[in-house]
Amino acid sequence: MELEKYFRIEKLPHIWCPGCGHGSVMMSIVKGIDKAGWDPTKVVVVSGIGCSSRAPGYMNFNTLHTVHGRPIAFATGIKLANPELKVIVITGDGDGAAIGGNHLIHACRRNIGINVVLFNNQIYGMTSGQYSPMTPQGSMATTSPYGNIEPPFDLCELTRSAGANFVARGTVYHLPKLDNYMEKAFAREGFSYVEAISQCPTYYGRRNKLRSPLEMLEWQKKNAVDIKKAQDMDPEELKGKIVTGIFAEKDEEEYTSKYDQLISSVQGGKK
Amino acid sequence: MQGNEACVEGALDAGVTFYAGYPITPSSEIAEDFAAKLPRVGGKFIQMEDEIASMAAVVGASLAGEKAVTATSGPGFSLKQEIIGFAGMIEAPCVVMNVQRAGPSTGLPTSPAQGDVMQARWGTHGDHPALVLCPSSVADAYLLSFQAVNWAERFRTPVILLLDETIGHLRERVILPRKDEMVIANRKQPQGSPESFQPYDILDEDLIPPLPPYGSGFRFHTTGLYHDETGFPSNRPEVTHRLLERLHQKIDKYKETLFLYETYGLRQANQLIISYGASARSAKAAWRIAREKGLLVGLLILKTIWPFPEEIVTQVGHDKNNIVVAEMNRGQLIGEVERVMDKRIPVRGAQRADGVLITPEQILAKLEGVN
Repeated sequence: MELEKYFRIEKLPHIWCPGCGHGSVMMSIVKGIDKAGWDPTKVVVVSGIGCSSRAPGYMNFNTLHTVHGRPIAFATGIKLANPELKVIVITGDGDGAAIGGNHLIHACRRNIGINVVLFNNQIYGMTSGQYSPMTPQGSMATTSPYGNIEPPFDLCELTRSAGANFVARGTVYHLPKLDNYMEKAFAREGFSYVEAISQCPTYYGRRNKLRSPLEMLEWQKKNAVDIKKAQDMDPEELKGKIVTGIFAEKDEEEYTSKYDQLISSVQGGKK
Repeated sequence: MQGNEACVEGALDAGVTFYAGYPITPSSEIAEDFAAKLPRVGGKFIQMEDEIASMAAVVGASLAGEKAVTATSGPGFSLKQEIIGFAGMIEAPCVVMNVQRAGPSTGLPTSPAQGDVMQARWGTHGDHPALVLCPSSVADAYLLSFQAVNWAERFRTPVILLLDETIGHLRERVILPRKDEMVIANRKQPQGSPESFQPYDILDEDLIPPLPPYGSGFRFHTTGLYHDETGFPSNRPEVTHRLLERLHQKIDKYKETLFLYETYGLRQANQLIISYGASARSAKAAWRIAREKGLLVGLLILKTIWPFPEEIVTQVGHDKNNIVVAEMNRGQLIGEVERVMDKRIPVRGAQRADGVLITPEQILAKLEGVN
């Protein structure tokens, strides 16, 4: 099929477990790149460490698998060095919300032209099921054997407040919507954050009475609430729900274009 | 010119176009100077949110084709270690300037020390090689900074420029070499087509693979996992062995050209002082005083400390009956000298680790026949 050229077919099958949602999110990114019409040789896909961060290995672009939590910082260097490059960061809820949280908010603040896609499977999968900052309260995990007492992070609210030009959340169940968010994110200048709720049947589902990938997808279907509908719901009703939709769409000036102007004015001033 | 400023000048003359850093004493002048000068030459400066992010941005910029530098001091150097190792593993050229302060921990932010000698060698985990240069004057800071950038490019490796607070903040007159006398090194570019390109295919005798910048049409995968010539992960023992050995060999092979040092008064000397960095200035004063007293003392100032210049130290030291190693720590490089001398010759340490510059008197006291 048409999109095959964006994959390193010889590297498949992928390492993800049967029923994992990550393949669907990866496909959604590739569809977004195709829609954007980007030259694949100008696309750089950067990831950190974790299950989601293995995706770039299967994608036929310039791909960089870095260290845990820092892909956005690497991507910042790449984008600033060469603003012509289209830079996508693939991260997860551990990589992006825990160890890498600081880089995420500062990249939003700078509004640098990086497209972050966070695969949120609500658990540390690669290390076999510890709770993450995005694990729902009350969930069971190997490091919360009596139930997780920490509330989860809402990174859409965070990235919107921190200054991202585009913010959206979708789910693997509602794939066409997720495709639409990718398309919009990649079309916009400046920093974008798209969160994709994915499922981990192996380390999240089994411990949390979601016995099959199908049950997990049904959980996404049942709990997803559109952002417009959510505005009319009270906090009690919204407990445990996933608010989906577009959280921010702005046109604030992008960081590297500001830096290029700075160079011009400094060099102009000298002459 | 100040030492920190000379580092910036040397790096710019070597073609550096990118700096990412985080403020930390006593290295901040380096960041400030790059912030002012880089945009003038079309380069980029960014102050990142932390030390780790600075190191990551430098490696990212390097892969995008820039010559990239960061600077820091002890606490920041500790934070950067993981990504220094990553840069070594993926072979991303970059330079880390560490203006040492007295440690451990926050220590003495504005006091000189040489406590990071072993950290510069072994700070990042795993069995990696290291290339570390130590200036002992402002002129050295310029030349070694230039050299560090060149070697990073040529060997595709992180290079550490290990200053100390004294040299970083020292102001002295320097005569810089003419720019047309300085030879700039650039990373190798692939000869073949993007279709046949394998990022870690070793085609040349120097064991160093070419590195095309992102966006040039060569698409490839890069990972800090052990990888084969295609750049993709592998845990086959023959692949991991081959990669680790090559990372060492590509530097070891040229080791002798990497040893930078100065010697003074070696002829007829029966005692030897070995030093580096700011300590070498006190060592030189001690050597002069000893000579005036009629003692037959020689002086070896090391500029390259890692890889340790074993051959040079052996050659210069083997016929002496007393070797004094002067350094501002509780004894770090002395261990290497002792190892090389293998108990054949007594090796004494002139050491100071209280945040005060080591004095010539302290070094003299370790020589024989001073009084």
